Amino acid sequence: MSSAAPHTLHLDAEALYAILLDGVRRLVTPDTALVGVWSGGAWLAERLAHDLGLATPHGVISSALHRDDFSSRGLAVGKDATHLPFEVEGRTILLIDDVLYTGRTTRAVINELFDFGRPASVTLAVLVDRGGRQLPIEPAVSAARITLPPSERVSLDRTPQGRFQFHFETV
Amino acid sequence: MSTALPMRKPQRNPQLNAHGELIHLLSTEGLPKPIIHQILDTAEQFLSVNEREVKKVPLLRGKSVFNLFFENSTRTRTTFEIAAKRLSADVINLDIARSSASKGESLLDTIANLSAMQADMFIVRHSESGAPYLIAQHVAPHVHVVNAGDGRHAHPTQALLDMYTIRHYKKDFSNLTVAIVGDIVHSRVARSNIHALTTLGVPEVRVVGPRTLVPGDLREMGVRVCHSMEEGIRDADVIIMLRLQNERMTGGMLPSSGEFFKEFGLTPAKLALAKPDAIVMHPGPINRGVEIDSAVADGKQSVILPQVTFGIAVRMAVMGIIAGNEA
Repeated sequence: MSSAAPHTLHLDAEALYAILLDGVRRLVTPDTALVGVWSGGAWLAERLAHDLGLATPHGVISSALHRDDFSSRGLAVGKDATHLPFEVEGRTILLIDDVLYTGRTTRAVINELFDFGRPASVTLAVLVDRGGRQLPIEPAVSAARITLPPSERVSLDRTPQGRFQFHFETV
Repeated sequence: MSTALPMRKPQRNPQLNAHGELIHLLSTEGLPKPIIHQILDTAEQFLSVNEREVKKVPLLRGKSVFNLFFENSTRTRTTFEIAAKRLSADVINLDIARSSASKGESLLDTIANLSAMQADMFIVRHSESGAPYLIAQHVAPHVHVVNAGDGRHAHPTQALLDMYTIRHYKKDFSNLTVAIVGDIVHSRVARSNIHALTTLGVPEVRVVGPRTLVPGDLREMGVRVCHSMEEGIRDADVIIMLRLQNERMTGGMLPSSGEFFKEFGLTPAKLALAKPDAIVMHPGPINRGVEIDSAVADGKQSVILPQVTFGIAVRMAVMGIIAGNEA
C-alpha cells in the first residue's frame, strides 16, 4: 500500500455510523449499558444511547491509568476521566470505540472497568477495525474493516455541528 | 551526618528534563505554571480513584518507593505511603534518624546503598535545606526524588495540595487575597506556598505575624507584610494558618503561646473580618488554642480535613507524573 492510500480511502464516518447503529441495536438488551472509550468512542456512545433511546445513561472510560506504555510515554491524564453513572457490578457492558487497532487500549479499559465492579459481560463494538491486533481481542460489531500501514493513524473527529468525520495523519 | 551540605548551582532547573517534563519535585520555586496545573488536573482524576471499589491503579507496579525521613514526620510519611500504595508501588519506610545516619554514614553513601537495592523513587525529608537537591544530582537517570520537606527551604507537596484545595473551593486564582498567618520566617510551607501562589497569579498574598516571625524583607518575595491580624485578615478569601512550632518559643522570639494566641490566633471574631465565604486552611497538626480556636478549626469555613484527603491525590499525581518521565 502506498503512503498516499489514506487520502484515496474515502471513509464516510456518518455512513459507517448508520451501520454501527444497526449492529449495536441488535446487541443491546434492556440491561445493557454503553461505555464509550474516550474520546471518539465516548462521542459514539453518547449518540448511540440517544438514537437507541436507552434508559441507562452512557458511561465514558479512559485507558490512562492502565496503559502498558506508561514507562515509555509517561502519564497522560487530561480531560479523559472515567465516568460511569451506573453500578458496574452485574451489568451487561457494551464497549464502544472509534478505531480498533492493537487491542491494547481495549485491554486497558477492561482493567479500568473492573476497578468499579464485576460486570456480567463485556462486548466490544467499533466503527473501524484496522487489523494489526497484538492481543486476543475481537469486536462483536465493526462497521468497516480497513488495512493501513503502521505509520498511518486514523481517529474520529466531531464537528461543532455534531457530525462525525475521520482524521488521518502520518506518524 | 555532615551539617553543611554542598549546594551546587545547577545549570538548568534540576526538576525538569531537557523536554521540560517533571522528573523530580524539589521546590515550587521555578516550577512552571503549566506543570502545576498538570499536577492539579492529574490529582483531580486520582481523587476519584479513592472512591472506587478497587482503590488502586497499576502505574507504579513493580517500582520501589523509599521513604527516607531523616526528620520525623509520621503524618507526611503516611500520606506518601498511602499515595504510593494506591499507585501499586512497593513502599519501604526507613527511619534514617535512628539508623545509618547515627552510625556516621554520609547522606550520599546511604543513597548509593539504597540505589543498589534497586530503588526507583526517594521521598526525602531532611532538616538540612538542599538535601533533596543533592540526592537528585547523584541518583541514576531512572531514579526520581520528591522533597517531603527540607529545613526551612521547601515543602512542595504541601504547597501543591494547598493549591489544589484553593482551586477546589475558589475555582480561580486570579482574584484572590490569600493570608498566611504565623511563623513565616521558619516555615518551608509558607515559602513554598508563596512561590506557588505567585506563579499561579494570585494578586495579593499577605504574610501575617509578629515582627520576629515576619520580617519586613519578606516583601522581596512579592508579598504584603502585615503585623496585625486586623490588617492581614480583612477581606481575605483564603487564610492559611501555620503551626506555631514549640521549639521557637524558647528562643525569645515570642513572649508566650498565650500572648501569640491573643494577637494572632484565629478566633471566630477575627475570622469575621475576612470575606464571608473565606476558607480556613492549616497544614496540620493543629495546636488548638495556640494558633487556632477550636470553634474555627471545627467550623464550617474550615477545610483542614479535606486538605488531608486532597493531599493523597496530589502526592499520587506527583509520583505518577515523575515516574513516567526519564531524566
